[in-house]
Amino acid sequence: MTTERRDKVTTLKDLPLGTRRLSHNAVFWIGFCVVMALLIAAPLVLPEFWRRFLTEILIWGLLAMSSDLLIGYTGMVSFGHSAFFGLGMYGAAGALLIVSPPNLWLAILCGLAGAAGAALFVAFFSTRLRDIYFAITTLIFSQIFYVIIFTWTAVTGGENGLIFTRPHLTIPFLYNARFTSTTLHWFVLAAVAGSYLFLRRVTQSPFGTVLQSIRENEARTRAVGYAVERYKMMSVMLSGLFAGLAGVLYAVQNEFAAPDFVYFLTSGDTVIYNVLGGIGTLVGPIVGAGFFQLARQLLSQWFGDQFPYLIPLGIVFIAMIIFLPQGILGFARRWLNR
Amino acid sequence: MGALGQFFQAIPFDLIIIQTVNGIVTGMILALIASGLTLIFGIMDVVNFAHGELFMLGAYIGFVVFVTTGSFWLALIGASLIVAILGAAMQIVALRPLIGRDPLNTILATFGISLVLQNYALWQFGPVVRKIPEPIGSHFTLFYLQYPWYRVLIAVLSAAIIGGFWLFLKYGKLGVWIRATAQDRVMAQAMGIPVPWVYTGVFAIGAAMAAASGVLFAPMVGVNHTMGLDWVLKAFIVVVVGGMGNFGGSIAAAIFISLLEAYATIWVDPSQAVIVSFVVLILTLLFRPTGLFAR
Repeated sequence: MTTERRDKVTTLKDLPLGTRRLSHNAVFWIGFCVVMALLIAAPLVLPEFWRRFLTEILIWGLLAMSSDLLIGYTGMVSFGHSAFFGLGMYGAAGALLIVSPPNLWLAILCGLAGAAGAALFVAFFSTRLRDIYFAITTLIFSQIFYVIIFTWTAVTGGENGLIFTRPHLTIPFLYNARFTSTTLHWFVLAAVAGSYLFLRRVTQSPFGTVLQSIRENEARTRAVGYAVERYKMMSVMLSGLFAGLAGVLYAVQNEFAAPDFVYFLTSGDTVIYNVLGGIGTLVGPIVGAGFFQLARQLLSQWFGDQFPYLIPLGIVFIAMIIFLPQGILGFARRWLNR
Repeated sequence: MGALGQFFQAIPFDLIIIQTVNGIVTGMILALIASGLTLIFGIMDVVNFAHGELFMLGAYIGFVVFVTTGSFWLALIGASLIVAILGAAMQIVALRPLIGRDPLNTILATFGISLVLQNYALWQFGPVVRKIPEPIGSHFTLFYLQYPWYRVLIAVLSAAIIGGFWLFLKYGKLGVWIRATAQDRVMAQAMGIPVPWVYTGVFAIGAAMAAASGVLFAPMVGVNHTMGLDWVLKAFIVVVVGGMGNFGGSIAAAIFISLLEAYATIWVDPSQAVIVSFVVLILTLLFRPTGLFAR
C-alpha cells in the first residue's frame, strides 16, 4: 500500500512541468485566493457607488448562500428566508438603539439571536413537512413575522421601520474607528468568505452528507436510521443563522431596518438568486445575486427607473428553470463540492 | 347568573351576525379561488404560485372590459375567457416542459410567472387603485347597516359557479376525463384520454375561476397590482387546511377561515386578523397534516 503510493508520487514529480496536473485542492484554493484578492482590491479602484453596490451584492449573496444549504443540499425550498433576514436586521437595530455606545459585536449577537429564534420556530413546525408543503409553510411563517413587525408599531416602528447610526468598527484593544465604505466592504467580505468556508466545510462533513442523502431519498435515509427531522431542523437553524447574519450586515450598511425586507419579495429574490446562479454550489447563489442586481441596475440605467426590470428577468428565470435548471455555475457543481 | 348575563351582554350579537354574513361572502370568493388551486394541484401536482396573479389580472381585464362596454356581466364573462386562454398558454409554454420533473420546479416556474404578471400589471395600469362599480346598487337593512345586495349576489354566484363546475366534473365528458386523469394518469393515457390536453384544460378552468372571482371581488375593495399575493396566500392556507387536492374540503376550509377572520376583526385590526388563519394553519399542520376536512 505504502509503496504504491510512493510510486505514484515519484511518477508525478517526474512529469515535465507543463503537463503536471495540480491537485483539485490546490486549484480550489488558488481560485479562492484569486477571487478574494480581486474582491479585496475592488473597493480601492471602484467609484463610491459601485463600491456600495458590490458590498450589497455580497450581502445578498450571503443570504442566498444560506438558503442554498436548504434548497441545494437538503432539498427543501424555503420561501421564507426574509423572516430570518428581517429578524437579523431588527435584532441588530434593537441592540444598536438600546445600548449606548452602539457596539457592532453586540448588534451581530442580537441579530443572530433574533434570527435563531425565528429559525427555531419555523424549524419546529415546518420540518415535518416536505417539498411544496414546506415551501408554502415557510412562506406563511415569514408573513406571520411580517404582519407582527408591520403592526407592532410601538416596538418596531411599524411601516417606518427603525433608523439608527452605524456603530464603529471595533476590534477589542486593537482597533476602533468609524466605518468607511472601504472598511465596511472588507468587513462584509470577511464575513461572507468566512461563512462560505464554514458552510462548505459543513456540506462536506458527515452531517452535510446526511443532508444530501435526505435530498436524494428521505425515506431511505430514515430507514438507514438517521433522525431525519433532527437533521432537517439543524439545517433550517444553520441556514437561518447565516440569513440573519446577512440581515445584520445589511442593517449596518444601510443604517435602518424596514418591514419591506421581511416581506415576501425578499424571499422571492433569494430563490431567484439560487436558481440563476446554480443551487447546490454555495458560490452559485452569490454569482446569481450579482447577475440579478447588475442586470437590474443596468436595465434601470438604460431604460429609466420606471422600467419593469422584473419582466425580462422573470422570463429569464422561467427559461432557466425549463432549459438550464442547474444554473449558471451548474457545470461546476460536482467540482465545487468535491 | 348575573355574571353569566353580563358575559352574554358583552358579546355584540349584532356585530357577530354582520360579520357572519361578511365572512360567508368573502369565504365564497376564497372558495372559488381555492377550488381552482386545489383542482390544479390535485390533477397535475402543480402548486400554482401565479394563481393570485390570475385573480388580479382577471380583475384588471374585467375593469378594462367594463370601461369599454359598460356591462358588468360582459366584464365577468370576458375576463374569465381571456384569462382562461392566458392560463392555457401559460401551461403549454412554461409547465408542459416540466411534466415529470420534481414538483418543486413547477412552484418555481409559476413563481416566475407571477413575477412577470404582477410587474406587467404595475407597468400597464400603474399603482392606482381601479374600481368597478357594483352592478346592482340596492341595499337591505341589517341592524344599523345598509347592506348591499351585491355582496349576497357574490356569494350566490360563487356558489353557482362552484356547483356548476362540480356538475361538470360529475357528468361532463371532459369532467370524466379529468377525474380519470386524477385517479390514474397512466391508465387514463392508455384508455386514449389526451392527458396533456386535459392538463391544459384543467389549468384553463382553474384560471377562469380565479379570474371570475377577481371580477366579482373588484367592486368590493378595488383592484391593485399587489392584491394577488394576499389572496394566493389565503388560498394556500385554505388548500392546506382543507387537504391538498380535496375539492370539498377546500370549500369548507375557505368558509371556516373567512368566518374566523371576520369574527377576529370585531376585536382586532383587520391586518392582524390574518394571524388567526395562520394559527389555524399551524394547528392543522401539527395535529391533522392531511387536512382538517380530510375524509
